Amino acid sequence: MAGSSGETMTGAEIVLKALADQGVEHVFGYPGGAVLPIYDEIFQQEKVKHILVRHEQGATHAAEGYARSTGKPGVVLVTSGPGATNAVTGLTDALMDSIPLVCLTGQVPTHLIGNDAFQECDTVGITRPCTKHNYLVKDVNDLARILHEAFYVATTGRPGPVVVDIPKDVQFAKGKYIGPTNIQHKTYRPRVKPDQNAVKAAVELIARAKRPILYTGGGVINSGPTAANLLREFAYMTGIPLTSTLMGLGAYPASGKNWLGMLGMHGTYEANMAMHDCDVMINIGARFDDRITGRIDAFSPGSRKIHVDIDPSSINKTVRVDIPIVGDCAHALEDMIRLWKAQQFHLDKAAMKDWWAKIDKWRSRDSLRYRQRKDVIMPQYAIERLYALTRDKDVYITTEVGQHQMWAAQFFKFNEPNRWMTSGGLGTMGYGLPATIGVQLAHPDSLVIDIAGDASVLMTMQEISTAVQYRLPVKIFILNNQYMGMVRQWQQLLHGNRLSESYMDSLPDFVKLAEAYGAVGMRAEKPAELDAAIKEMIAVKRPVIFDCRVAALANCFPMIPSGKAHNEMLLGEDVPDSEIEAAIGEDGKVLV
Amino acid sequence: MSAQQPASAYFLDDTKKVTETHTLAVVVDNEPGVLARVIGLFSGRGYNIDSLTVSETEHNAHVSRITIVTTGTPDVIVQIRHQLERMVPVHSVADLTVQGNAISRELAMVKVAGKGDKRVEALRLADAFRARVIDATTESFVFELTGKTDKIEQFIALMLPLGLVEVARTGVAAISRGPEGMKI
Repeated sequence: MAGSSGETMTGAEIVLKALADQGVEHVFGYPGGAVLPIYDEIFQQEKVKHILVRHEQGATHAAEGYARSTGKPGVVLVTSGPGATNAVTGLTDALMDSIPLVCLTGQVPTHLIGNDAFQECDTVGITRPCTKHNYLVKDVNDLARILHEAFYVATTGRPGPVVVDIPKDVQFAKGKYIGPTNIQHKTYRPRVKPDQNAVKAAVELIARAKRPILYTGGGVINSGPTAANLLREFAYMTGIPLTSTLMGLGAYPASGKNWLGMLGMHGTYEANMAMHDCDVMINIGARFDDRITGRIDAFSPGSRKIHVDIDPSSINKTVRVDIPIVGDCAHALEDMIRLWKAQQFHLDKAAMKDWWAKIDKWRSRDSLRYRQRKDVIMPQYAIERLYALTRDKDVYITTEVGQHQMWAAQFFKFNEPNRWMTSGGLGTMGYGLPATIGVQLAHPDSLVIDIAGDASVLMTMQEISTAVQYRLPVKIFILNNQYMGMVRQWQQLLHGNRLSESYMDSLPDFVKLAEAYGAVGMRAEKPAELDAAIKEMIAVKRPVIFDCRVAALANCFPMIPSGKAHNEMLLGEDVPDSEIEAAIGEDGKVLV
Repeated sequence: MSAQQPASAYFLDDTKKVTETHTLAVVVDNEPGVLARVIGLFSGRGYNIDSLTVSETEHNAHVSRITIVTTGTPDVIVQIRHQLERMVPVHSVADLTVQGNAISRELAMVKVAGKGDKRVEALRLADAFRARVIDATTESFVFELTGKTDKIEQFIALMLPLGLVEVARTGVAAISRGPEGMKI
């Protein structure tokens, strides 16, 4: 794979050259007829390492895990037709959570496009609504430019997935290579530096606040470690209480004194009550998702709202704000801190004291409390122990989707950004296991754990085979309650406890399953044996599937029922089921 | 912000439910799939398209102009503009209705068949509307008519009882008045 800018080479060579020039070290993929020329090129070079997954969805989630834990784009390579359609879930997931991915798809030769050829599908048509942008390369001389543009588009502004569909004849054809430095996108220049007048208005509003709150999201993580550091600086210098969305966990440390815990549907009582009662809300890199706001017309009714977002279409989309700031979180925070210092602003001390006293009162409700049991492992307890036994380690956590995900967000404490990989917007069951593969590749010496559910993990279980192949010592920690726990919880709350199809009958023996794949299988059934088993799991330097048998019918609280406001939270323990059922009105039942 | 402003933006106005019709001009790279991208945005997010026209306007730069007439609440229309602006091949978006005073036209070809009085009446009305006859047989006309949408609607309504056969319309093209051009 020799060659420099301006040199003529085949399309397949251009692909590998462009990936190497973009600094790509790992590509997650699966071969097939329409990408064979690229695979042949992969075989003949050493710069870019290919990770063979077991299903294309696994490749996309692995790339997401890689991207989210490093801040670099994840790269996927799949074949035409089913290869591309299998990647759609992961692409959509990356679009919803703003994860930079570049997905290369093979396509049938250009002269066969539209002929219903074998393994043909309209990849750009199918992926148009689930990517930030996509391309069909019809001329090999456009290939290098498009590939470099794809990386630029994926990583610039609000990050997202980009598909480049490359017909097989284009992979064989010879064309000119152009290096990344010679490429400039024609039009795409997202705004990163905020309007100074807006920043000034925001800072002045904050300085007058009596009950301010910082509500931060995944945008702070995407902006990079600088943004997280600036966020901490701003929070500490102002003393403003801070809550975060699911996607933003770790940007501000859970051990920090301003931390209120996660907010939203399964957020803490203090975070949600503070959001409801605040007078100035400072949203940094979050998007007022419905899991966060609850009932929109009762969302934080008495507050003025500041919204920092790099995507102008996020502003006023669901919640109207008073001061919009379009730009990158790090730039906005930097400007806010500078202005705050220059103007020697400080918050009203007495008012802040009252505000914190109010928050402490809410906090004393201890909304994450759960009833401990001696005979059976409570899922919350399992995560608390997992956290306690790994807190001095270099640990990365991924999750699947459901109750276990919410418990992980509530009970695992994150002190650094990029340590928490979860499917937030799309809610993709099956995300966590393949994501660990990407994370472990990027951080070979770290402890990478998927906090999983028994139902979710089966959706992409085959990827444990990938982990075994590449000797990736990922830990799949399954909170096994034999139910689709969150589905069951909603059926209990909304549908008269008729548990329609949410019981996982005949689950596999996860220990034997692990062994069948060549991984290590472990099981814990009693609270007394949990610690020793977790320690053993950590000590094993091979992939582990840990079957943690937990209380079958535990529910995830606190909870804002659908269609309700932040101050109408249900706190688990003391609420009888009948009251929970009555809490959701007819309007709420139709909501997801 | 003035002291009179309510504490939250929620209480600013109650006009959210009132829908308005706006004409948006969207300048895009004329690359494959760009129209599908724009239309997909509208269908995917549940926005309305009342009219849509598209054509390459600068051949050397491969730039096309899409004119979209859409209906929605003011909030939705702003959201549509932002959603369009963030698409990678979109150069710029102008809300011509907000800018005010824009000129909008569409062209229609209207086929009317009939004999006797009806035929004479159709021709007389066409003359009044300054429609041109671009095809004629002993029992039919094709009229060409240019103007604002409501003028065309009115003409078609008048032709209906006089033997209207079919209508082909271009949809609305719009441009701002004055010397300023749209930024590309």
